[in-house]
Amino acid sequence: MSLLISQLINGLQSGSIYALIALGYSMVYGIIMLLNFAHGDIIMVGAYVAWLAIIHFALSPFVAIALAILTCTVLGVTIEKVAYAPLRSSPRRSLLITAIGISFLLENLAQIIFGAGSQRVPKLISGPSLNIANQHISFTAIVTIIVSVISMVILTFLVQNTKMGKAMRAVSEDMGTAQLMGINVNRTVSFTFALGSALAGIGSILYCCAYPQASPTMGSMLGLKAFVAAVLGGIGSLPGAMLGGFCIGLAEAIVSAVGLSVWKDGVVFAILIVVLIFKPTGILGKPVSEKV
Amino acid sequence: MKKFLSIALILVLILGCFAACGKKADTGDSTVKESAAPENTASGETIKIGIIGCHTGEYAQYGLGVKNGASLYIDQLNANGGINGKKVEIVAYDNKGDNQEAINAFNRAVDEGITALIGDVLTGNTIAVVGVAYPLNMPMITASATAEAVTYDKDTNTVYSNVFRTCFIDPFQGEKMAKYASEKLGAKTAAIIYETGNDYAVGVKDAFIATCKEVGINVVDEEGYASGDVDFKSQLTTIASKKPDVVFCPNYYEDDALIISQARQVGLKATFLGADGMSGVKDYASAEELEGTYYCSGYAPGSTDAIKNFEAAYTEKYGASTLNMFAATAYDAAMVLCNALQIAEDKGLKAGTDEYKQAVIDAIRNNSADLECITSKGYTFDEHNNPVKDAVIMKLEGGKEVYVETF
Repeated sequence: MSLLISQLINGLQSGSIYALIALGYSMVYGIIMLLNFAHGDIIMVGAYVAWLAIIHFALSPFVAIALAILTCTVLGVTIEKVAYAPLRSSPRRSLLITAIGISFLLENLAQIIFGAGSQRVPKLISGPSLNIANQHISFTAIVTIIVSVISMVILTFLVQNTKMGKAMRAVSEDMGTAQLMGINVNRTVSFTFALGSALAGIGSILYCCAYPQASPTMGSMLGLKAFVAAVLGGIGSLPGAMLGGFCIGLAEAIVSAVGLSVWKDGVVFAILIVVLIFKPTGILGKPVSEKV
Repeated sequence: MKKFLSIALILVLILGCFAACGKKADTGDSTVKESAAPENTASGETIKIGIIGCHTGEYAQYGLGVKNGASLYIDQLNANGGINGKKVEIVAYDNKGDNQEAINAFNRAVDEGITALIGDVLTGNTIAVVGVAYPLNMPMITASATAEAVTYDKDTNTVYSNVFRTCFIDPFQGEKMAKYASEKLGAKTAAIIYETGNDYAVGVKDAFIATCKEVGINVVDEEGYASGDVDFKSQLTTIASKKPDVVFCPNYYEDDALIISQARQVGLKATFLGADGMSGVKDYASAEELEGTYYCSGYAPGSTDAIKNFEAAYTEKYGASTLNMFAATAYDAAMVLCNALQIAEDKGLKAGTDEYKQAVIDAIRNNSADLECITSKGYTFDEHNNPVKDAVIMKLEGGKEVYVETF
């Protein structure tokens, strides 16, 4: 029984990282219908920034964390401005291909600059671990789960209760009409990217706490799984992305716990296939009726 | 039209490049003899042995290490009077890391009358040479080829009885670590976490389990993971619940580091053990997480007095740039081989004859156990001609990988 609880906590820990990243996918998809495949690589950049800050500039972990999140945010907005904004009126396929291109660009840049091997990210946070009912729960796991829940609460507040959030929801519903109503679409889209990338930045820090290595391709699998989480929850839906993230994390933990760890990735992508076949809108997604 | 012309021009240029490359490759004629006999002896009689390896090209580091390491021993031996007054003459050829060149080099060395061979260096080259050396029953010792197929053909169940090696094959490390865990660490229970798609990890793991059965360690859990995984917490939580004394982790250092850090996160405090793939792990996890982790390896620089003497002599003669593990195992290979030559000489046989070669092979197999070699206190060989020898045990202490003992 206590083993089960530990496994659930393992699942929640990786699930909350997936959820944070899935939120970025879902928000961007909701607003400009783009699957931003460069999103996973932003996490990789965040991890390298944290590593650089601590190892090469000898900054304190706290500054490194702030710097990593800031860099991710700026990078996300820059990518949107440079690569996606000029293509906003082109077919969606061009946007998608651009996103994949950006993803490769970031991965290969990292490989050229930092080398193909991985780098160790030193400890960013430390604290006492908990022992509940003879079961060890690490400080990292507690922090990861708490930080992501807080981030999600803040995000929900931003989207539901602020003017910018209202603008985001309006643009995602109908970009043209929103513009006619006096909403600055460019600013709103940039804000969405900033928000999504900041979450990715937080995700990258939490990821580095659990798996303290930065490597050029670390973002691709992480991004893909978060994408599956977003689809599972219903892409475009924020509560859906959170739910999807936790589900994927738990599914992985359970699969590993029963001794099928080698099939972990397979199970995640099988979930994607099953969702796409039987409920393409995901758990919480709204069905979109095609306008004729 | 202009476009077409420019494309055509580019194509012509590219083709030109290839043509030039092709020619260049051809001009590198056949093998070139590198070292001559030591200025000859009073009796005029020498015992010729071949040293073949990749002395140029991408893997020259290994080839030169082997050549220099073996030559160092032979030069020392000759300086002390050789074998019963006869000098050992080295016939060295470069195979450039190429299989066909390796066979050519071997054939040429045979034409020059070698009676034994130290080499080849790379696994592929060695297998190629074994193909021609086995029918000749030519005694050969490789210092570096680790693949099982070098001494044993699984498909035909043939042991190449003339081929030996002084480096251990990968699975042997699993055997060593199981024995070490039992004898020195007092382990009674063990768990394993390994990369399932990795032949190295699987081979070492299988040997570990087999030896655990022999020495009475109970393997309580065996967890796998797929290549590229970074999250091992679920597997480690399962392992932690079974409270093993040691966790065997025969993977490469980056994965090992992630596994050990996450093990500490889920509260698994057992001692971690690894094989030589773990070497370098110190740069990938924190000192306190790694503290007390053991792994084994074939060679540790500066570990024992014998190694220190060897390293000093080697550096003085050849510099430190090619001083590596295979230089040390090649020194051992030369020692094992020359000991066998001595025995064949004592029998009064004539170098190069079939009886002589068989005597050398028998002596390598049966009379190498008491030699004071530098990487191992003597060599014995198992039924597949793989060495049973010492390994170096390394321990993580304060963020450093330090030598513990030769086991």
